[in-house]
Amino acid sequence: MKRFLFLLALVVVAPVQAALNVFACEPEWGALAKEIGGDNVKVYLATTAMQDPHHIEARPSLIAKMRQADLIVCTGAELEIGWLPVLLSESGNARVQPGQPGHFEAARYVALLEKPAKLDRSEGDVHAAGNPHIQTDPRNIAKVASALARMMAQIDSANAVKFRQREQDFQSRWSQAIRNWEAKAASLRGVPVAVQHKGFPYLQDWLGLKEVVALEPKPGVDPSAAYLAQVVSGLKTQPAKMILRAAYQSDRPSRWLSERAGIPAVELPYTVGGSARANDLFGLFDDTIERLLNGLK
Amino acid sequence: MHMFKLGKHALLATAITIALSTPAHAVTDAEWSALKDEIQKMKAAYESRISELETRVKSAESKASAAEDKAVKVETRAAQAEQPKSTTSRFNPDVSLILQGKYAHMDDVDERHLTGFMQGGHDHGGERGFSLDHTELSLSANVDQIFRGYANFAIVDEEIEVEEAWFQTLGLGKGFSLKGGRFLSALGYQNEQHPHAWDFADNNLAYKALFGEGYGQDGLQLKWLAPTDLFIEPFVEIGRGAAFPGTDRNRNGAGAVAAGVHMGGDVGTSNSWRAGVSHLRTKASEREFEGHDPADVEVVGDFTGKSKTWLADFVWKWAPNGNTRTNNFKFAAEYFRRDESGTLNCDDADLADPSACTGALSGAYKSDQSGMYAQAVYQFMPQWRAGYRYDKLWRGDADFNGADIGGMIASLGDYDPSRHSLMLDWSPSEFSRVRLQYSKDKSMDGQSENQWFVQYIHSLGAHGAHKF
Repeated sequence: MKRFLFLLALVVVAPVQAALNVFACEPEWGALAKEIGGDNVKVYLATTAMQDPHHIEARPSLIAKMRQADLIVCTGAELEIGWLPVLLSESGNARVQPGQPGHFEAARYVALLEKPAKLDRSEGDVHAAGNPHIQTDPRNIAKVASALARMMAQIDSANAVKFRQREQDFQSRWSQAIRNWEAKAASLRGVPVAVQHKGFPYLQDWLGLKEVVALEPKPGVDPSAAYLAQVVSGLKTQPAKMILRAAYQSDRPSRWLSERAGIPAVELPYTVGGSARANDLFGLFDDTIERLLNGLK
Repeated sequence: MHMFKLGKHALLATAITIALSTPAHAVTDAEWSALKDEIQKMKAAYESRISELETRVKSAESKASAAEDKAVKVETRAAQAEQPKSTTSRFNPDVSLILQGKYAHMDDVDERHLTGFMQGGHDHGGERGFSLDHTELSLSANVDQIFRGYANFAIVDEEIEVEEAWFQTLGLGKGFSLKGGRFLSALGYQNEQHPHAWDFADNNLAYKALFGEGYGQDGLQLKWLAPTDLFIEPFVEIGRGAAFPGTDRNRNGAGAVAAGVHMGGDVGTSNSWRAGVSHLRTKASEREFEGHDPADVEVVGDFTGKSKTWLADFVWKWAPNGNTRTNNFKFAAEYFRRDESGTLNCDDADLADPSACTGALSGAYKSDQSGMYAQAVYQFMPQWRAGYRYDKLWRGDADFNGADIGGMIASLGDYDPSRHSLMLDWSPSEFSRVRLQYSKDKSMDGQSENQWFVQYIHSLGAHGAHKF
């Protein structure tokens, strides 16, 4: 009986040691939450680097995971507009609804590029708030990291100090890494590139790459053969050094153009998990810079 | 700065004027040249100091403007960062308009029906040639921090039908959510989809027999989502039950009860599935039907009694690595079973044209019917999908006064409708779709019909994300 009471007391009194449940819409935010949260978070990745974050099925498994989340970390800026609203309404989870502390949108904390002057569907898949692919600039990651650490500390106040410490540690390692990457990538400044999808404006802004042409005639619209021929002739007058595409994208258009224009097609990991080396945020940029430099050779 | 420069010049000019205004006769040549030298020196000294000052001011100015530029940049960035960016558009509420229409090439059939089945509810299509389908207008937004609201209006000539108008809680906690108003029931799989989300140009025969289009009612729906990685979601609904197979019965309490459970999950990163069973219980009071007797004379009648429906659904989707962009595959199948028992009345449609029901017959009616559809849709390249659907209904038992009803009412006779459909659609973006469909339709006894459809579905405005 005594033993039973002791066990009962243990069950009742013992503080709940449950880790903060984080639902990350994209792998980069999952990796960032892990950097800040360490063992005190349990991260679920809703998408992989091989999936197009614009087009995700609102699968039952995602709804079930969102039901259990204390915090969702997404890009925002309409990137997930085709699937996140369904997950939010179907999950019945009040903690992660827009406006709640558990609803984190990374794009709110960085300055967005490419805000469309004209909002019309004939312009393709344009995002009213600006280009949402912010994770390709490590300086954006740093900004999101401090905002995310604040939010995590607010939700899980018991671990607030830990989160803050880990964030500071991350920031110092990160700024050192940025300096290294920038030094390494100095030769990329001013290099003209072609892109498969307008998914790299932040990377271009950071490294000083110059986007000459996009293989999609309009964002999200697959190129026709006629348009690709137009791109080839355009590249004769305004040459590019390489063609960039994200790991999740089909390699066909960039490979086709690479053969015609005689410039290398470079596949970038784009997010954590997009290549064998990009197994965390540091690896993501190590690999990105190296692949770009290889493309320049 | 220019004022300052002018001042210096003025000073120099004054000095020269003074020097010149001195009476010339009193000045010797030597004195004159000395004075000239002095002035020259003064001029040079002033000029060098002026140019030095000018460069200093210029550099200060440029530094100030650079600082200002930086400040402006920081400010704009800060402002941009502060802008609220929500997942849905800034317009409140989100408005969506669906344009749909088709061209149908079909036989000229007088009274389209499903042989063996009493059909109800409203039904689209059936028109030959060019026609406009329902134009769907929907509005949705979060009402406040607790509720979400949604309305869907189907607009046809001289008629606006409120297909859905409901509120839903954003999260009651513990995985519960409550929906109230007019809504499409969570029964089965296709039931919650509006026609624009269907994978074929017309409704499957199972749903046509069950509900006409889909089962909606005015009432309440409570759902609970289990806190497990496996998706498990039971639901229960109570409502007015005015829609087929029930009827409006002017009473307090619930006219229909629906309940069921759905489950789902992933298999690896490429496959996902959802399956469920649901049950609907309702009552009909003088639910009308039309038909014909074995001599093809028209009859009318009505049914009063209980109606119970069981529905099982299964959906399986595949996309390589979960990336649906290039290739993806979807399989969906549903099976239903319906029991009805009560009394049936039948009479001549035209008293001058006596039928098998002449003199108004009334008697016990009991039926046990079932049906299914199975469909597969494959996206073989970006923007292009091809699909096949098979429909089959089993009339089963349908007894009127202890004998098969077919002897009295041939349109409810023992015949199992079936149909094969093939479709090809092209979607240049997620907002537009053009579809070609061919069907071999045997839904009426003695009829084997080739049907062709060309259909368009376009979406304007904030097209809400589709469910799984």
